[in-house]
Amino acid sequence: MTTPRLSIEALSAISLRDGDRPILRRVALSVGTGEVHGLVGESGAGKSTIAKAILGIIPSQVKVTSGRIGFEGRDLLSLSAGELRAVLGRDIALVPQDPSTALNPSRRIDVQMTDGLRLKRGLSVKAARIRARALLEEVQIRDPERVLASYPHQLSGGMRQRVLIAAAFALEPKLVIADEPTTALDVTVQKQILRLIRSLQERHGTSMLFVSHDLGVVAKICDRVTVLYMGKVVEQGATAEVLASPRHAYTRALLAANPRYDRPDTGLEPTPPEVIAALRAEIAAFDANAGAGAGDG
Amino acid sequence: MADDLLVARGLVVSYGRSAGHFARRLAGPVVLHGVDIRVGKGETVGIVGESGSGKTTLGRALLGLVKPAAGSVVFDGNDITALDERARRPLRRRMQMIFQDPMSSLNPRHTIGRILIEPILLHGVARNRQTALAQVHGMLDRVGLSRNTVDRYSYELSGGQRQRVGIARAVVLRPDFVLADEIVSGLDVSTQAQVLRLLKELTGEMHLALAFISHDLSVVRSICQRVVVMREGRVVEEGPCERVFAAPQAAYTRMLIDAIPLPAVDPGWLTRGASVETGAAA
Repeated sequence: MTTPRLSIEALSAISLRDGDRPILRRVALSVGTGEVHGLVGESGAGKSTIAKAILGIIPSQVKVTSGRIGFEGRDLLSLSAGELRAVLGRDIALVPQDPSTALNPSRRIDVQMTDGLRLKRGLSVKAARIRARALLEEVQIRDPERVLASYPHQLSGGMRQRVLIAAAFALEPKLVIADEPTTALDVTVQKQILRLIRSLQERHGTSMLFVSHDLGVVAKICDRVTVLYMGKVVEQGATAEVLASPRHAYTRALLAANPRYDRPDTGLEPTPPEVIAALRAEIAAFDANAGAGAGDG
Repeated sequence: MADDLLVARGLVVSYGRSAGHFARRLAGPVVLHGVDIRVGKGETVGIVGESGSGKTTLGRALLGLVKPAAGSVVFDGNDITALDERARRPLRRRMQMIFQDPMSSLNPRHTIGRILIEPILLHGVARNRQTALAQVHGMLDRVGLSRNTVDRYSYELSGGQRQRVGIARAVVLRPDFVLADEIVSGLDVSTQAQVLRLLKELTGEMHLALAFISHDLSVVRSICQRVVVMREGRVVEEGPCERVFAAPQAAYTRMLIDAIPLPAVDPGWLTRGASVETGAAA
C-alpha cells in the first residue's frame, strides 16, 4: 500500500473546561489517495473535534495532548499558523455542514468564490471569475452567471451547498473535509449533492474525510469507515464489511437503531444498556491504562 | 378500519403578507391547495414531504392554529373549522401537540414540574395540585424519567429527556389526538429509537390518534399505519404504509423512497434514478 495522504496517529484531546475530560482517545485513521473515509458516531463522539484538529480550528477549551496528523509528510499539529494557512484552502478544503451560515450574507457569490483563486492561486480578478463560472458549471448549476451575481439569501439550500462544494474544489485540494454536508437538505437534494461530491472526488482523485451521523449516507459514499464512541475508535474497515458484518456490538446496535423503510421492524431498538455498559468499561480501562502510561513516562 | 376521529376536507390555506383586514384579503402564497386527510381513532398517520410541501401548515390547520380560507375540519363528529378561541378551549385538552424543538417549546424559567402540572390544573384534569403532582409522577415513570425531574429546568436535560417531557406534557392530559411535528429530527439514532418506541407504546396503551409529521420516510414506516405524501401543498399519495412503501403509485413517492440512503452498500445507487430539476431553485 502506498503512503496514505492523511494519517492520524494516536490523537488524544481533553476538554479543559470539563475537568480535563478526555474527548479523543488515541484515535488512529488514515485516508488513502482518492479514498473517501467516513467518520461516524453519535453526538459527542468526537467526529467534529477530529475535523477541527485537521483544520487547525480546535476551540480554546480543547487541548490536543498527544498524537500526529500526518499530511504529505508533515505533521499538521506542528505547523505554525502561517504554514498551516498556506496548506488550508490550497491543499485541504472544507465543505461545511450548514450552507446557510457558511457564506457571508452581505457579499455576492462571485466575490466569495474568487477570493481563494486570487489569493492562493494568484489569478487576476477576471481570470478568477472565469474559473468560478466554470466551477459552478462543474457542480451542474445551469445558470452560473445569475448565481455568481446573487447574494446567498437568493439561493436555495441545495444551491448554496453546490456553491460551497464548488468553492471547496476550486483550488483542486488533495484533501476535502466534509462535515455533515447534507444534514440540512431534503432527501432528493441530498442524493444529488452526494452524487456530485462523489463524481468530483473521483474525477480529481481527491481524498476525503466525510463526517456523518447517518450510516445510510456513509454506505453510499464512503470506501472505508471509522466508528467512534466517546472519542475512541470502536470499529474501522471497508464500509461494505463493517455494514454487512459488524464486529463490534455497538456498530450492530447503531444499525439496529437506524430505521429502514424496507424493514418496518427496525428503528425502535435503542442501544441495549449492556452494550453501553461494556463500552464504558472498555473506555474506563483504556483511561486507567493511559493514565498509568503517562505516569511511567 | 377505525372510526374517524379527525377528518379534514378541501383545506386551502394561504398566508397573508401582512396583518389587518384589508391586507388579509390580498392573500399571499397558497400553501395548501385543497387537502383531504382523515385520522381514525387510535390510528397513527404519517404526513411526509420535503420542505415547502405544506406538511407543517396542514398540522397547524388541523389544530386550528391557522384559519383555512376554504375547507372543513371535523373532530369527533363536530365541525370545528370556524370555532373561535373561546369555543375551542374545551377541545384543547383533547387535541395536543408535541413540538420539534423541545428546547424552545419548554419555558426555561419554569421547572419541569410547573410545566407539567399547570396544564393539568388549567384543563381541570385534576382538582388540586396534590392530585396533579401524583399524575405527573405516574407520567414521568411511564416515559422513563425519574420523579425528581419535576425540580429541574429544561436546559439541564438532554435532547432525548426534553422530548420525553414534551410527550409527557401532551399525553398527561389524556387527549384523543396528538400532532407530532418532526419530533425526532436532530436526535441521535439510539435516542430517536427510544422516543419512537415510547410513542408507539403510548398510542397503543391510550388508544391515541397520532398525526406524525416527518421528512424521514423510514421513521414514518417504523411507527405509522398509514401515510400521506405531500408535495407543494397537495396530497400526491395516501394509503397503508405496507402498500405505499412496497408499491408506491405516484412517481413522486417512488422518487422520495429511492432517494433514501439505506445503510447497505449499493454501488449503483448514487447514479440511479431520475434527478429532480433544480436549476429553477436558485
